Amino acid sequence: MKILVCISHVPDTTSKINFIEGDTKFDTNGVQFVINPNDEFGLTRAMWFKEKQGASVDVVNVGGPETEPTLRKALAIGADNAIRVNTEATDGFYVARQLAKVVQEGGYDLVIAGRESIDYNGGMVPGMIAALTGTSFVNTCIGIEVEGDTATTIREIDGGKETSTVKLPLVVGGQKGLVEESDLRIPNMRGIMMARKKPLTVVDPIDANQETKAVQFEKPAPKGDVTLVDADNIDQLVELLHNEAKVI
Amino acid sequence: MSVLVYTESEGGKFKKTAFEVASYAKEVATILGTTVTAVSINGGDSSELGSYGVDKVLQVTNDKLATFNAKAYANTIKQAVEKDGAEVVVVSSTTDSKFLAPLLSVHLNAGYASNVVALPESASPFKVKRTAFTNKAFNITEISTDVKVIGLSNNAFGLRENSGSAEAEVFEPSLVDADFDIEVTAVDKATDKVSIADAEIVVSGGRGLKGPENWAMIEELADVLGAATACSKPVSDMGWRPHGEHVGQTGKPVASNLYIAIGVSGAIQHLAGINASKVKVVINNDPEAPFFKAADYGVVGDAFEVVPKLIEKLKEFKSNNA
Repeated sequence: MKILVCISHVPDTTSKINFIEGDTKFDTNGVQFVINPNDEFGLTRAMWFKEKQGASVDVVNVGGPETEPTLRKALAIGADNAIRVNTEATDGFYVARQLAKVVQEGGYDLVIAGRESIDYNGGMVPGMIAALTGTSFVNTCIGIEVEGDTATTIREIDGGKETSTVKLPLVVGGQKGLVEESDLRIPNMRGIMMARKKPLTVVDPIDANQETKAVQFEKPAPKGDVTLVDADNIDQLVELLHNEAKVI
Repeated sequence: MSVLVYTESEGGKFKKTAFEVASYAKEVATILGTTVTAVSINGGDSSELGSYGVDKVLQVTNDKLATFNAKAYANTIKQAVEKDGAEVVVVSSTTDSKFLAPLLSVHLNAGYASNVVALPESASPFKVKRTAFTNKAFNITEISTDVKVIGLSNNAFGLRENSGSAEAEVFEPSLVDADFDIEVTAVDKATDKVSIADAEIVVSGGRGLKGPENWAMIEELADVLGAATACSKPVSDMGWRPHGEHVGQTGKPVASNLYIAIGVSGAIQHLAGINASKVKVVINNDPEAPFFKAADYGVVGDAFEVVPKLIEKLKEFKSNNA
């Protein structure tokens, strides 16, 4: 089985978010970048396929040279090959078109991409890859097993889950549940050393339109102070929620 | 030209989000000087959509579409968009709509903006405000394609009553077998519980509750409020509660009207995920818990004393206001 895991290079979940150049650009100063958490669950699941069922695992990212440490980390975790499409990842549609080409050329049986990145939260790349390549697609995937050419998937639905079967090739939008948080791997020294020797291929982008553009950023308005209610006066909380907040 | 809205239903009834996206579509149509067409797949009573400003309803009734299928649904909506010559397509942020929206965008060659929280800032160029960085920020996104797909954030706009004729028209999309490539074998869904996505009120528990055996009071509180239950990441990681309840940056986003956090300290990732909720209440015995900085109302106290009192007071409130 040939697996491709799409990796987004995103600010660490604890990052403070600030903008520069008249709020038109994300301020990367002092920000630690990581593998997008939704992608990391998929990467770890891919490692299990590799170890238990003998799959090969490629990772791909659309981004500039500054994203390479993130790809190297994926190699250190155990991916075999990395591909970087050398262009700035701005619009999700544009990114999906770049990735669709990599998917088509690589002949993958399974493509795993996080259901959304935690920076732009576009939530469109996995579905668009599937649609652009005419592949089957399961979003918000929280479980997958493959036997022969058939996958059994579990997807999260509002208020529950749904189990399906589908023939490969398949694109999944992954998230926590594919593996658990405790299953995630921290690269060890051997992995890091080996990752240096693994191939990281840089490919040129294809010509594609930017269909959307984030032209301006805003931070939420500062929040007022909390209104504290005495633990012995819960009546007051009910009253405030009813009369002031008008939510009950 | 029109604004086309996909009005989702379940069990032959429109979901609440259907009325919200219809309300939004109506306002967008007013800005653009055009009309609203809804597409309804095995949906509810079309006339209900009129109350939110829908002018025309393309009604699809087809057994093959009895259960959700992202490809076939996206294809159906695409055909409705083309038939109607729609320029703007509005969908909700339910799991199913987020599943089909990227497929629809590719079919229509349309730019897609998800998690939109407000009406377009301008129609030409077409700009909308959406959340980014998991609710830590917003961005104004410009969509430059002829057809635009907007995913409206749940509870971001609310319901606005309006009058529309909701003229029903039978619509028969041509379905292709290739779209039915996924076979659903089992659905596991608690039908008696409010889901986090649909809930107006969410009650959430954290590590401060000390163990899964203490969730009865969380469930009782949720029950009194007609709320969904949720939990913090450590709670789901420790297996105290199912993953589906995990809310936060890597879990489910919450955009409820009221969010009550009990024994949740308020890690930055948790706050990011629930930030879109309108009113936040924290109950925690640690006055230094970061959640107090993010909350509108707070109670410093032992959850095991405060929550039963709150349940009791809410029951009184309900019987007085029934």
